[in-house]
Amino acid sequence: MDNAIEARGLVKTYRGDVRALDGVSLVAETGTVFGLLGPNGAGKSTTVKILTTLSRPNAGEARVAGYDVVREAAKVRLAIGCVAQKSGLDPAATGRENLMLQGRVYGMRGRELKGRAQELLERFGLDAAADRTVRTYSGGMQRKLDVAVGLMHRPQVLFLDEPTTGLDPEARVDMWSEIARLSGEEGLTILLTTHYLDEADRLARRLAIVDQGRVVAEGAPDELKAELRGDAIVVELEEQPHDGEVTRVLAHIADLHDVAVEARTLRARAESGAHMVPTVLAALESAGVAVASVGVSRPSLDDVYLRYAGKAFCEDDAEVKR
Amino acid sequence: MNNALADSWFMTVRHLRNLFRQPAWIAISLIQPVVWLLLYGALFRRIVEIPGFGASSYIDFLTPGIVVMTCLFSAGWSGMGLIDDLDRGVVDRFLVSPASRGSLIAGRLIQGAMVGVIQAVIIIVLGLAIGATYPGGIAGLTALTVCAVLLGTAIGALSNGVALLSRREETMIAVSNFVLLPMTFLSSVFMAQALMPQWMQDVAQYNPVNWAVQAGRAALAANGDWGIVFSRMGYLVVFTVVCTWLATRAFRVYQRSI
Repeated sequence: MDNAIEARGLVKTYRGDVRALDGVSLVAETGTVFGLLGPNGAGKSTTVKILTTLSRPNAGEARVAGYDVVREAAKVRLAIGCVAQKSGLDPAATGRENLMLQGRVYGMRGRELKGRAQELLERFGLDAAADRTVRTYSGGMQRKLDVAVGLMHRPQVLFLDEPTTGLDPEARVDMWSEIARLSGEEGLTILLTTHYLDEADRLARRLAIVDQGRVVAEGAPDELKAELRGDAIVVELEEQPHDGEVTRVLAHIADLHDVAVEARTLRARAESGAHMVPTVLAALESAGVAVASVGVSRPSLDDVYLRYAGKAFCEDDAEVKR
Repeated sequence: MNNALADSWFMTVRHLRNLFRQPAWIAISLIQPVVWLLLYGALFRRIVEIPGFGASSYIDFLTPGIVVMTCLFSAGWSGMGLIDDLDRGVVDRFLVSPASRGSLIAGRLIQGAMVGVIQAVIIIVLGLAIGATYPGGIAGLTALTVCAVLLGTAIGALSNGVALLSRREETMIAVSNFVLLPMTFLSSVFMAQALMPQWMQDVAQYNPVNWAVQAGRAALAANGDWGIVFSRMGYLVVFTVVCTWLATRAFRVYQRSI
């Protein structure tokens, strides 16, 4: 099996004609990390719900670990582990009890069950807290236990729905190295959703950017960045310009492309950003547009996102309320 | 099927364990029926003097009523725990696992039944201590407990159904408050049926709470009418099956909505 996850044309509508997914297709190669990137409400979680058999698509089809998620849901369930956005841990039970119950519903018993629980507790550094109720765990510890619970029955495919949202920077780095290790040493296929660009850039072999229920771009992070020619130029303006004013002023500059204005921020691309900056500033000044600051950067996933989703990726908007 | 039974048991253990980790809950759920028995027993003690009441000791009359009422109220709130699990994503975690769907509700109902039996025993013993007599003996007490637990299972299933449909604690509280007390007062828990206004007697005839109380009292009487016991028990079995079916329907509605 070359592709652990294959989805074609997934559509999901909820009551009141809310179209959460509008034809999502993606392919994740076995043994790799596939990133699903997008802001809240883009359709990441809905995609995960369908791929993990929790929710049924209205149209389209998907195979996970070689099985159809609708017709062979029971087989899919045995093959996958899922760490949802909402943790799903029982706060009144201890870490060990959470793991043991999870193992039991997958049919694990006796020494195998106890041994696996202990192994995971040690591996995630939770053995000291193993017999305390989960209520007493820190956010980072709970997230680790979430992942341990998802791994309890040794799945082939692991779904991680925003595994680092709400974690402090240190816990996030821990989680990153754990994810990298899982796909590297253990050969797991991981589908990771995130709204952090750096996370996708760092972990995912391939990624899909989703926006409003569609995949707007797909490829390896480097490929996606390479598609953008040249550097990004970002100019902060003193005041919000009139519609089309700035675009008109800059239209005649050769070699400057992808000009976009959002509120007081002007973005554009050029082969050599450093050489282009004086020309842009001169043009703005002669048109009477006051500039607050200017910056030049190499292409980032943020630029990729801007290009395909037509708006800047704003992490503030994407913060999940927990 | 084997799996479904095993999974139900695992879930039952989980709920029982979580319950016993809440000392406040244990204290309140044990003390509450005691308070009811003592309070109502004292308040309505002289009610038996009303001509036509048909019982000579109010404690004898009241004890089976309190057993049924306690099971009813515990069961009515059963859905609260499910709402908590829904909020935390616990239900979804089990839905993406091979765990049997039915076990997610069955576990709660079995736990409720076990707690119901414990509560019934405590009330029966306490009743004995304050002077209640049970001429029907062990068989009568068993029949009373079975009826109370059947009622609790049915109401617990409904409560879980409401939890799945509303997914809001506020709705759950409102529905339970709206339903539980009227169901109690529209039955012969506190008052002999013959002394109720006619319309209440008519309603009580179709009230599952009343079926359980009637069966329990008949079973505990000296020469009890076991025809009443078995017919009411039969109604309760049917009622329980219907309620459990409704709860599984509610589960499907929930699954379609995610």
